Amino acid sequence: MVKRIVAVAALLLAGCGSTTASPTTGVNGEITVFAAASLTESFTELGKEFEAAHPGTKVTFNFAGSSALAQQINKGAPADVFASAAPANMKQVTDTGAITATPATFAKNTLQIAVPEGNPGKVTGLADFAKADLKIALCAEQVPCGAAAKKVFEAAKITAAPDTLEQDVKAVLTKVSLGEVDAALVYRTDVKANDKVEGVDFAEADKAVNDYPIALIAKAPNAAAAQAFVDYVLSGEGRKVLTEAGFAAP
Amino acid sequence: MRSRLPVVLVLPAVIGLAFLLVPLAGLLVEAPWATLPAQLFSAEVGQALRLSLLCASLATIVCLVLGVPLAWLLARSDLPGRGLLRALVTVPLVLPPVVGGVALLLVLGRRGLVGQYLDQWFGVSLPFTTAGVVLAEAFVAMPFLVISVEGAFRAADPRYEEAAATLGASRWLTFRRVTLPSVMPGVVAGTVLCWARALGEFGATITFAGNFPGKTTTMPLAVYLALETDPDAAIVLSIVLLLVSVAVLAGLRDRWIRA
Repeated sequence: MVKRIVAVAALLLAGCGSTTASPTTGVNGEITVFAAASLTESFTELGKEFEAAHPGTKVTFNFAGSSALAQQINKGAPADVFASAAPANMKQVTDTGAITATPATFAKNTLQIAVPEGNPGKVTGLADFAKADLKIALCAEQVPCGAAAKKVFEAAKITAAPDTLEQDVKAVLTKVSLGEVDAALVYRTDVKANDKVEGVDFAEADKAVNDYPIALIAKAPNAAAAQAFVDYVLSGEGRKVLTEAGFAAP
Repeated sequence: MRSRLPVVLVLPAVIGLAFLLVPLAGLLVEAPWATLPAQLFSAEVGQALRLSLLCASLATIVCLVLGVPLAWLLARSDLPGRGLLRALVTVPLVLPPVVGGVALLLVLGRRGLVGQYLDQWFGVSLPFTTAGVVLAEAFVAMPFLVISVEGAFRAADPRYEEAAATLGASRWLTFRRVTLPSVMPGVVAGTVLCWARALGEFGATITFAGNFPGKTTTMPLAVYLALETDPDAAIVLSIVLLLVSVAVLAGLRDRWIRA
């Protein structure tokens, strides 16, 4: 008797399981998303929401510098989606045919001045970056945040006097949060995500607006779920998470 | 029969050799050889290379001056907790170099435990300077020297030192004329390891000293940044660093063997 009840319960449970898995669209299974390091917080959140909205899916992220990710994809890394921090890095992948879909811009990011808590260098604007007695950190020109910094300095006709050109935006933030530099240029979203640094706005920020493109990878192992993820990022729900992180709408 | 090598040793040895050399071969095969001369003689590469050689050599000197006495202390003294000290000395070996760099910033940075006084009292700030590069490299490379020299001290026969002492030599004279010559092979091996490690140092350097051409951009930093935009250039830079370090080590080795 007991055995029979257990068997019936098991059957019922199995039945439930198959109906909660996504019905007809085939959106299930694992997907791997290669995303720019600056998307770490917002995409982790988006991934959780996506998994909740599509039971049976599992999103795994590989967060790194966009150019490193582009190279990994070109060398055949088994990824489903690529979200880049700059169109240039997306182009590296579309040029080789690793991505054939047309990338969609899902967010925009601008630069902001980051200073340590209390602003010890009394930095008020971009002009302070020319002062030799202040310690200044910038991204190296080879990485997107450095290229963007170069653009705003050109627009403002300021010759910056950096003490270090860091390999990525997180390294710049480390130097600011430890108080080793008085000012740095990082993305607005980075300032928002780090409670040990303060942001100072400057007028020329709109001279270097960074577009974030996203696209499905041509050889995506799980194309259906990957496309659903891309759609989710571009949807209203996705927009909300990105706005909260400090990204502007495309 | 005695000359026949046992397969159990030869097989893993050959696999080990291949494991170490195949990635190197990959680098050489992929290299855009046509651009090598242009890269080799470009001003930026020359600058980074000179800085790398200078900093690695200075760091090695720092390691020798501090590391040999430290190795002697660990091997010969009857300090309490010597085993623990010995383990602590190897910490930089297991610490991810970037963490080592952050640790250096926390101590010697502008707001660091010691660094804030260096800044206030002497106006000395080490991060973002060439001295900072030397310091970061020495921090990461010193354990290599200490471990091999300490091993040599422990293997050296103390009876020669005792004999020297009974003949009236002071402890310092004994150390210089008896102990040091007997551990020389260990010191040489340690110095080579230390210099090579310092030359290739990346994580602690970029974290503690930052990256600025001519001041703190060593070859590994230049290679990393080149990889961002131009992987071919990065490969060429790596090969330049490789050739120079192999040339230096091979040259020194010949000299030491002859001496």
